[in-house]
Amino acid sequence: MLELYNIKKTFHSGTVHEVRALNGVSLTLEKGSFVCVLGSNGSGKSTLLNAIAGTFPVDEGTIRLDGTDITAWPEHKRARHMGRVFQNPLSGTAPNMTISENISLALRRGKPRGLGPGISHGKKEEYRQMVRPLNMDLEERLDNPIGKLSGGQRQALTLLIASALQPKLLLLDEHTAALDPKTAARVTEITQMIITRDSLTTLMVTHSMHQAVHMGDRLIMMHQGRVAYDFKGEDKKRLKVNDLLALFDDLRRKDAIDPGVAALLSNNYV
Amino acid sequence: MSILITSMIFGLILSFLALGVFISFRVFDFPDITVEGSFTTGAALAALLIVSGCDPMLSCLVSFAAGMVSGALTGLIHTRFRINPLLSGILVMTALYSVNLHVMGRSNLPMPGAVTLFSGLEKISQQLFGQGSKVLLLGWSVDIKDVVILVTLLVAVSLTGFVLRWFLRTNLGTAMRATGDNDQMIRALGVNTKWMIVFGIALANGFVALSGALMAQFQGFADVQMGIGMMVWGLASVIIGEVVVGRTSVGYVIFGAVLGSVLFRLLVAIALRLGMNPNDLKIITAAFVFIALILPGLMKRRKSLWGRKKYA
Repeated sequence: MLELYNIKKTFHSGTVHEVRALNGVSLTLEKGSFVCVLGSNGSGKSTLLNAIAGTFPVDEGTIRLDGTDITAWPEHKRARHMGRVFQNPLSGTAPNMTISENISLALRRGKPRGLGPGISHGKKEEYRQMVRPLNMDLEERLDNPIGKLSGGQRQALTLLIASALQPKLLLLDEHTAALDPKTAARVTEITQMIITRDSLTTLMVTHSMHQAVHMGDRLIMMHQGRVAYDFKGEDKKRLKVNDLLALFDDLRRKDAIDPGVAALLSNNYV
Repeated sequence: MSILITSMIFGLILSFLALGVFISFRVFDFPDITVEGSFTTGAALAALLIVSGCDPMLSCLVSFAAGMVSGALTGLIHTRFRINPLLSGILVMTALYSVNLHVMGRSNLPMPGAVTLFSGLEKISQQLFGQGSKVLLLGWSVDIKDVVILVTLLVAVSLTGFVLRWFLRTNLGTAMRATGDNDQMIRALGVNTKWMIVFGIALANGFVALSGALMAQFQGFADVQMGIGMMVWGLASVIIGEVVVGRTSVGYVIFGAVLGSVLFRLLVAIALRLGMNPNDLKIITAAFVFIALILPGLMKRRKSLWGRKKYA
């Protein structure tokens, strides 16, 4: 499905601000899998998602989607096959346009956008059916501009827009992080519902360990631009929040020791 | 009365400019100053073609196309080379100044006795109603040829407005509006926003150049200076329209832009009649747009100040 091979990305290369955000990430996603990506700040988890979405070109490595090399594809071309939900609830919808118009835009993903009418009366019923499962009383507000809605409603609609037409890949970038706990729980529920219903291949970046443990069938822990741990199947199911905390501690302890010092210590004492 | 009719005709001619500024400013949120050059380009080309005996309708189409080319250039400079929108427009506007001089061969190109759209309309009205006949309008005696011109322009502008409204609600037009509203979102839905901007700014300048072509024909000359201040003029029209009609839907804003253009021209005509110095026209226009731009923000701040007092 999605294959990443040795992806590297350095920002502000050659300056004092140089950041090696991705340091050789290789990863293969099976069709229909739901992968959670966990990591501390600066571990490269969001960068990984943006590299897949094509927000910036990668320095090294190849990205394949369904066997096609998409490494050189620009963002909008990749978007034909990928749905995205951003951390900021304001990013995924056009605020001055109505709910209907936003959905109509989503339903043309990967299709030519010509001179056919954007929305017509026949389509309204279809939109109503689409927003009903969100259970947010949006059915009668299809003609309202999205900017008037709450963050939670907008994020739920973004999920709907991102998953419309069942993209090959759904990318979620900490999409509940900016919401209050109650709304976040609701959006998480909707996420689970849509992914299960459409059996979407999903990559979800999160920093909620609770989400990482309870959602998805695979968990990847990023550290310093690399995949540090990778749990699948039964291993993933057995994971608890405490296990993750222990792993984080482990990584932190390894960080505390300089690699050079570590080599010296192991030479002298081991 | 005839001065009112004339300023309404001017207003309708300039409403094509207002539609262009609406596309770049409101649809794309792109402060496009190419307008000041492309307006003159449209006028210069139309004047040149008409003087050399070309059909006035065809000249308008050529002007529209030339406007689109200059707009596309601005769009390409901005999207391909990542130059900021204002600077891209300034570059093209400056370059167009020389182009316009070359087109006209001098700084002012009169077209005495040439066959223009408006002389054609005069002829038609003569055949229908006889020469120099007057008609009573709201108790005023008005030249019938002016009424014919006014009505024809009104029909043309309305048709253009409807076509533009239809276009902005198609799949392509919706994607263009989304590009101006949230480009990150629409890119994530597979739209090449760069091409949307190039095409949109091209279309906007097509309308602006058409406005210039009509203006030259109505005045009977093209002048290399005639584009100066046109962007602010167009913006003023759009803003007046939004205040009067509101911004609830695309159709309303388009209607507002046309209405705003006519109202603004009328206001100016009245002010000039009341003794305003014509030299002050541009500074007053600029001040007006400035106030219109900051007013919504000021009102909000006052509201929140009141709110604070209430709960203090």
